[in-house]
Amino acid sequence: MLAKRIIPCLDVRNGKVVKGVNFEGIRDVGDPVECAAEYNKQGADEIVFYDITASFEGRGVFLDVVRETAKKVFVPLTVGGGIKTVDDIRETLRAGADKVSVNSQAVKNPQLIKDGADIFGSQCICVGIDAKKIADHKWTVYINGGRVDMGIDLIDWVHTIEKLGAGEICLNSIDADGTKEGFDIEMLKAVCDNCSIPVIASGGAGKINDFYEVFEKTGATAALAASLFHFRELTVGEVKDYCRERGVIVR
Amino acid sequence: MIAIIDYGAGNIFSVKNALDYLGLDCKLTADKDEIKAADAVILPGVGAFPAAMAMLEKSGLIDTIKEEAAKKPLLGICLGMQMLFEKGYEFEECDGLGLIKGSVRYMDEPDLIIPHMGWNKLEKLNDCKLLENIGDDEYVYFVHSYKAECADENIAAYSEYGGRVPALVFDGKFVYGAQFHPEKSGDTGLKILKNFGELI
Repeated sequence: MLAKRIIPCLDVRNGKVVKGVNFEGIRDVGDPVECAAEYNKQGADEIVFYDITASFEGRGVFLDVVRETAKKVFVPLTVGGGIKTVDDIRETLRAGADKVSVNSQAVKNPQLIKDGADIFGSQCICVGIDAKKIADHKWTVYINGGRVDMGIDLIDWVHTIEKLGAGEICLNSIDADGTKEGFDIEMLKAVCDNCSIPVIASGGAGKINDFYEVFEKTGATAALAASLFHFRELTVGEVKDYCRERGVIVR
Repeated sequence: MIAIIDYGAGNIFSVKNALDYLGLDCKLTADKDEIKAADAVILPGVGAFPAAMAMLEKSGLIDTIKEEAAKKPLLGICLGMQMLFEKGYEFEECDGLGLIKGSVRYMDEPDLIIPHMGWNKLEKLNDCKLLENIGDDEYVYFVHSYKAECADENIAAYSEYGGRVPALVFDGKFVYGAQFHPEKSGDTGLKILKNFGELI
């Protein structure tokens, strides 16, 4: 049976790990290569690097981080942030990423998903979605780190990207992100029930039971968290033991 | 030296990183003489079956791979494993390398999330040198939407996902294929690659 995945995410700026709360008030913490190696030791099923560097120079530093990590960490590495073109995807994969995560740019230019999937395969195209509730059972898609409402219905967007060849969805709830009050179960259920590709739950993990709850109540195949792991409030191993004891299949 | 065939497809750097980490001498190459001189060969690959076969054809390596597979260890990884079979049915019917009997078809069980993406347990079916020191509760990382259909005798280990998914296949002589990514399967994957290195 396929195991549920626990995925730590590292936000990287200028080659250093940072973590924002509700995308703001960023704190600088550590060396991403070391963090990734530590997560690997803890049993992380995958590691996500998110580049929040704005500059061209920063991009080079970031790809060096990916390159160094790929030499030491032998679990899948997903890289997001700043990917705008097919060439960016190629460059990121060549640096050692196994998948790229595209978010705002996929909304602005959905063809990027199709081109990426056609050239490199669906398996390496993860579409990140930031969404926010606007009414009962209704959410819209935001871009630019949750700042701009595109007015696109979440479920419509999920159908669109699935057709374009996305291999996976990383669904982040703007309402839950940074609150530590648990994953957005309602939104995750709505998305999982409306697509047949894997969905990663993101945003809101605050305590160990949140992971169990998301696997119990939704079809999410993976759960992602950043600060919780980064500030050592929980280890990946603790989360997996807790889920395993309750009958969830984990590695 | 292990030749990692670089025909323009796939995650060849990840494979090289893992072999380097294990201290196994390896080289990315598309050169016939280097492949012939190598002690073992790895055929990586991600993407679509027909596109990868076309790239392999264009690189002029198909006959070389077939010849060398009769003389020294060959490991196909992911799509590289699928191409070891006789035929693939991704988008269209397409000839594979035909080194192991069988074909590759879409995993279209109802209600199955596709691709089969993530960590799944290896269930051993037949003794295989690549599974030495691999326990009964070890997971490896898969990402694929098509699976091999072949005889049980060619399956060293499978995983359960809407039925049996051949995970590690072999011909009983020199040819091995991993549907999962050993280079991305943590310590378990590294052990399998080390076992492959020890076949030399």
